[in-house]
Amino acid sequence: MSPRRTETGGRIDRLRTIRFTFDGAPYTGHAGDTLASALLANGVTLFGRSFKYHRPRGLLSAGVEEPNALVTVLRGEVREPNIAATMVEIYDGLVAVSQNRFPSLAWDVNAVNQLGGKILAAGFYYKTFMGPVFGPLKGTRFWMFCEHFIRRAAGLGKAGIAADTSRYERMNAFCDVLVVGSGPAGLSAAKAAADQGARVIMTELEPRFGGSANWSGETIDGAPAADWAARTVTQLEGHDTVRLLPRTTAWGYYDGNTIAALERVTDHKETPGKGEPRHRYWAIRAKTVVLATGSFERPLVFPGNDRPGVMLAHAGERYANDYGVLPGDRIALFTNNDSAYRSALALKKAGAAIVAIVDVRPELSAEMRSLATEAEAEIVSGHAVVATEGGKALSGLKVQRFDMNSGTLSGDARSIHANCLLMSGGWSPTIHLASQAGARAEWNADRQAFLPPKPTQQQWIGAGAFNGSFSTVEAITEGRAAGLSAAGATGAPAAVPDVEATPGNPDPAPVFEIKAKGKSFVDFQHDVTAEDVRLAHREGFVSVEHLKRYTTLGMATDQGKNSNVPGLAIMAEALGKPIPEVGTTRFRPPYSAVSIGSLAAERFGDLKPERLTPMHDWHLANGATMYSAGLWFRPMIYGLAGETIEQAYVREARATRESAGIVDVSTLGKIAVQGPDAGEFLDRVYTNMFSTLAVGKARYGLMLREDGLAFDDGTTWRLGEQDFLMTTTTANTGKVMQHLEYFLDVIWPELKVTVTSVTDEWAGAAIGGPKARAILAACVTGTAVDNTALPFMGIVRGQIAGVPVMICRLSFSGEMAFEVYSGAGYGTHVWEALVEAGKPFGLVTYGLEALGTMRIEKGHVTGAEIDGRTTARDLHLDWMLSKKKPFIGSAMMDREGLIAPERLQLVGLVSLDNRPLNGGAHIVEELDAANPHDSIGHITACCYSPALGKHIALALVEGGKARHGTRAFVSDPLRKRFGPVEIVSNHFYDPDGSRMHG
Amino acid sequence: MLITCPYCGPRDVIEFTYQGDGNRERPQPASQDLDAWNAYVYDRLNPAGDHNEIWQHSGGCRTHLRMVRNTVTHEISSTGFARGDHNAAARHKAGGKS
Repeated sequence: MSPRRTETGGRIDRLRTIRFTFDGAPYTGHAGDTLASALLANGVTLFGRSFKYHRPRGLLSAGVEEPNALVTVLRGEVREPNIAATMVEIYDGLVAVSQNRFPSLAWDVNAVNQLGGKILAAGFYYKTFMGPVFGPLKGTRFWMFCEHFIRRAAGLGKAGIAADTSRYERMNAFCDVLVVGSGPAGLSAAKAAADQGARVIMTELEPRFGGSANWSGETIDGAPAADWAARTVTQLEGHDTVRLLPRTTAWGYYDGNTIAALERVTDHKETPGKGEPRHRYWAIRAKTVVLATGSFERPLVFPGNDRPGVMLAHAGERYANDYGVLPGDRIALFTNNDSAYRSALALKKAGAAIVAIVDVRPELSAEMRSLATEAEAEIVSGHAVVATEGGKALSGLKVQRFDMNSGTLSGDARSIHANCLLMSGGWSPTIHLASQAGARAEWNADRQAFLPPKPTQQQWIGAGAFNGSFSTVEAITEGRAAGLSAAGATGAPAAVPDVEATPGNPDPAPVFEIKAKGKSFVDFQHDVTAEDVRLAHREGFVSVEHLKRYTTLGMATDQGKNSNVPGLAIMAEALGKPIPEVGTTRFRPPYSAVSIGSLAAERFGDLKPERLTPMHDWHLANGATMYSAGLWFRPMIYGLAGETIEQAYVREARATRESAGIVDVSTLGKIAVQGPDAGEFLDRVYTNMFSTLAVGKARYGLMLREDGLAFDDGTTWRLGEQDFLMTTTTANTGKVMQHLEYFLDVIWPELKVTVTSVTDEWAGAAIGGPKARAILAACVTGTAVDNTALPFMGIVRGQIAGVPVMICRLSFSGEMAFEVYSGAGYGTHVWEALVEAGKPFGLVTYGLEALGTMRIEKGHVTGAEIDGRTTARDLHLDWMLSKKKPFIGSAMMDREGLIAPERLQLVGLVSLDNRPLNGGAHIVEELDAANPHDSIGHITACCYSPALGKHIALALVEGGKARHGTRAFVSDPLRKRFGPVEIVSNHFYDPDGSRMHG
Repeated sequence: MLITCPYCGPRDVIEFTYQGDGNRERPQPASQDLDAWNAYVYDRLNPAGDHNEIWQHSGGCRTHLRMVRNTVTHEISSTGFARGDHNAAARHKAGGKS
């Protein structure tokens, strides 16, 4: 048996032994143990090193609030840092390591920081590193020098760099009553609501339901509280309308009574079940939320209160009653309230010797005296602990007479020999979720705690310790009332439950700190001492929000669950104000750490949505390398064996210009614009005229935004008098659709027009090149495709391989080209027929790379140039700006700044050193690689042009056209690419369009 | 946040897209009054309290709503079609209540 494990008692399974390692050393524990309880049972007292001073730290708590015992859990290469050991359930093969120590936990070189305590006080970073640079190592530059060492010395666990291969899920849930917390209050609320037939969800962040009932040692309705809890859970499980979620933390309270929760599904398992996600994110929308979140015990602030072996009183009680582990065999207690006496008695019953109960109060009730007598403990009333002794474990403490009213110490210090000190500074209700929901907490002088106010906008009801009602009778009574009320019942509440509990007054003495020599910690995780809080006050920080940021009190991963109230109390004293006047900070989500993976959930990994064109499988089967563009997958190249990407696209582009090429254009946005006013609507939306377009013809159109900048371009086809098919760029489809809908619905509701997204209804193939028309002639039936039947921008309908198609003669590549549209379901059928018909003509399939190359050669613009900063004039599209009509953006497009001659304008660039150009590289007039300056523009797109035999690019350059024929330089310091270029027209290839017009 | 779409009823905010301040007035299309255009394109009210807003039910029926939302509490005090009374006849035809 482990040194600290009791023979009996606790809720662990002593017959099941579990093996794990901590810092490489093998340990055993039992089923039901947490990492904290198992290590404690093995006699481990040292769990971590503190944030700034690297002081040895042990367990402070037994739950989610743990600030000291943070560990990193390893699963293969994946590391999860900063997890509280109190929240890690052990499993066979668990590998955990301690943090923030070098080279080892027991022997840490940075512990020398303790000697420099004054230097590392509050504001250390600001004072040392902010400010002007005077010399080589001052102010901000000094920070840059020191940052590496400080980051390594101060801090938490190291994040891993291996990709997280776990799956995460998201779930939406709806219920009448959501109960947060499953202690006596939560269980009673859930039961009462469920019995009324309400749909209930209950969340519990720990593995077991029951909360304090599991370890309080009380009796409820004649049965041990833990059995009462188990029985209630069984009853709840019998309801079809109840969902119980263990290991689930409700971490955010949002508008509309929506609660965000994180379910840790497999973290406690050696191997996850098939298909199980690691974490599940729950978005729970509840008509009413019952907050039964309990309370946190507060530490007392005194010198040496962070030494390993100093623990919260209830935590010691819980380790004994829940896990069968004694935190020490000679235990002293230090308290300002009655609850510690119950803890003392519980530990006595579990087998420890209680050497003393040090109480700041001079007078104690007879009930407390009799509890102490039963625990065979000496009562040291009217005293306070002023020091603790020991290194990596506690060996003793010193007490001195203490006057509660003046806070002064007197008399000689007396030593008490103990290896565990349990402290209790009163209790703070866990009001985080209510605070998130907008409730401003109210200070209660009796309870010495912030209590939740009455709910206002949100529909929540509090119950139990959350309300400051700390007894189990109150918890059950309030829980039942809350459950009934939440379920909409008006009946009389059930009879008062029969609870046998140790007596106690819930109100502590108003003592938070014992002022004596030595470091007294307020925020254990961030190493903030009482003196730091006073220093902040002396330096002029009076608002709690500023105090928090200056000292970092409450800003660690535990978010001040223990330290909030003591910190405020010390600040209030320094200010000479009562606590309610100082106020409290507002809690914000998340309540405790949330995995980023659970927030991303299905948006990442194998559940991410994908959009595939109708010809997707054909592309894969025919050697395409796919490229993801937004959600779409498009062929990048159809590479032949041994070809590089550049070799492949150069071959594809060259073959298209020499004979013919075909490309999948199904991803283009397609919007049906229909109705009697469709022509008028398009005239208002596009800069050029569409109402005059003949049926059976297409036109290239440009849209501006309201502010006059270019928005999107594409061709629109008039299929009938009232029937237009608009195409948009792939990336902008959604935005254009919303733009059109907004104007139709909000601005011009009188226009009789409907717009419908038909992107997915059509498959599109663009076939271009000198042989394109001959290929079409070979496979199209039902229509001629010659120059008369199908002139430039003409549209015809016919069939290919028996399938109806619509063909429009337009060109992006600059060759004579046709876009062939068919129903999406026939996409592959038509594509294959075109490829087959093209074989005798040397038709190639080409991908996005060749498509981009040919558009750069032609100087066409895409999203890289229509980047939200360019105007139609900048892109030489001013010929499209109609003067005959107003259109969206027409009033704003001629503003001074938008027509200035020095604006960046579209030009072409030719590399003069025959080396490739880079997208994003700057263009400069004077080359100065050592100190680049004065950019006159940048490259938007670049390629090797097979048609020109040169490396070319499109760029936006100041003055644009005026620089044609001049020389400039590319300056790309990041990629170390500098060299001369010639600025030319963006129309590199076939500028008069003779090839396209044929 | 729950938003009540006049077609679809109460739906989660995740289905909606904010489409801007509902107090903007678009000048007549042919207007050359640059000040009026500037106000329309750039000026936004930013009240701490009730705000008249346009939202689109983009993840649903795609209609635009005009709603009054308190920017401090997120309380929504009214929702309706953004197109107001312009299209009352059409709505009636579509089975809506005029």
